[in-house]
Amino acid sequence: MADETKPPTPPGIAPPGAATPVAPAAPAAKAVTPAPATPATPAAHAPAVPARPAAPAVPAANLAGKTTTPAAVAAKVSSRDPDDTSPLVTRRVWLAMAWGAFSAGSAVALAATGRFMFPNVLNEPPQQFKVGVPGDFGMGVDERYKESNGVWIVRTADDIVQHASGFYVLSTTCTHLGCTPNYLSAEGKFKCPCHGSGFRVTGINFEGPAPRPLERVRVALAEDGQILVDKSRKFQFELGQWIDPDSFLQIA
Amino acid sequence: MATQTKTVKPQEGAGTRFWNWLTETQVWTSVFRHDRPDTDRNRVLVMLSNIFLHLHPVRIRKSGVKLRYTWCMGGMSFFLFLSLTFTGLLLMFYYRPTLEYAYNDIVGLREHVPLGIMREMHRWGAHAMVITVWLHMFRVFMTGSYKPPREFNWSVGVIMLVLTLLLSFTGYLLPWDQLAIWAITVGSNMARATPFLGNEGPGAALLTLGDVRLIHAGDDARFALLGGTFVGEGALLRFYVLHCVGLPLAIAVLMAVHFWRVRKDGGISGPM
Repeated sequence: MADETKPPTPPGIAPPGAATPVAPAAPAAKAVTPAPATPATPAAHAPAVPARPAAPAVPAANLAGKTTTPAAVAAKVSSRDPDDTSPLVTRRVWLAMAWGAFSAGSAVALAATGRFMFPNVLNEPPQQFKVGVPGDFGMGVDERYKESNGVWIVRTADDIVQHASGFYVLSTTCTHLGCTPNYLSAEGKFKCPCHGSGFRVTGINFEGPAPRPLERVRVALAEDGQILVDKSRKFQFELGQWIDPDSFLQIA
Repeated sequence: MATQTKTVKPQEGAGTRFWNWLTETQVWTSVFRHDRPDTDRNRVLVMLSNIFLHLHPVRIRKSGVKLRYTWCMGGMSFFLFLSLTFTGLLLMFYYRPTLEYAYNDIVGLREHVPLGIMREMHRWGAHAMVITVWLHMFRVFMTGSYKPPREFNWSVGVIMLVLTLLLSFTGYLLPWDQLAIWAITVGSNMARATPFLGNEGPGAALLTLGDVRLIHAGDDARFALLGGTFVGEGALLRFYVLHCVGLPLAIAVLMAVHFWRVRKDGGISGPM
């Protein structure tokens, strides 16, 4: 039975368990003679088999009884005789499992690296913030929140779109290429230093390459009476969005 | 029955036709300039036509792949260096080497940056690399692999051992906690005793111009190391640059020499 299911063991690669029982008898690990290391080999074959089994002498059928798939390995582990010291896996299965584990590990590491690049906490100014009560603001452009939050808070007596008095909040991002314009109070305009775009205090563009007016953002009165600015909602003039009541805070 | 062999006739299925088309495209043939590695010649070509594989010899001794002989400690050290380089690069995206941010950034890496394990991988990998480098050296010594013609490579290895320890030392300061600051204070105080170049070292008192000492606390070896007279902002930035750029570059160059020298000296040394 053993003769049929097992191919002649090549002398160089004895099955891991096979050498163990012989170890006490032949402690010298350097022994080059194959005979003690291959007790399972039929004696008749031992001298004839060369270092590598000749291909015709080992037919494919000899893989019968050996584990050729990971599933077969699992089955073999569960039903295995504890004294069975035959190789658990073939070289092909072992390589497949090793490469599979390596590939899976690499894929996980790659995904983890990608995730690492997306921080959970940002040290950026909040999108929603309160800027004080309406009485803190005089008529015209207020620049106090330009550096910290990127907005101009403008109080007007008569807005060009809403036709009412109150507040609107302009984003300080130039609609040309995203620089921050300067407010020139003497000329009553926003002037971008990058390419010379100019905007009226209303936000309407009138000179330079800017293709559309500055954006307004949501402004409302908070429960505590302060003005609440919400940059997560933008209103664009050219889309007719400045009519939206959320884009303007009416204060008589 | 036992001698029957079964031959499978290749079939021209869609997969085969796709494979044939793919392996004849210009992209494929420009990347893989050899046939399947099923002959000795093609196996050699695989190794020679690939920048990464060509570092390996085409053939090695059996002892070269024997774990019991090499312990694979050189390979482990190199693997750890690669993983430390990679995790270190990622950590650099979140760490700022200034008094204001350094400690908080390290805490943030653990507390709120995705994958808090990233810093631990770097830290434990660093400890492991120091250990594997020592064990590699121990193995090389015990197998006598430092003997001619490998004495040059042994010396390169000794320099890399020092660089590994310096990488460990400079990285130790970067968390900027009490442990780091005082450890580097103690460690850098040793530089005071450098012969001639440390202001408390032997011979430093001999270097005078009239009665003016040339080597003093403001210009000695320790001052150059710390960029100041105590472990402060200058030391943090200096250690950061050395840790992330200077020392890794130096050790990478020496590694290239080391691996090349292994090949030129006849491959991994064999058992006596």
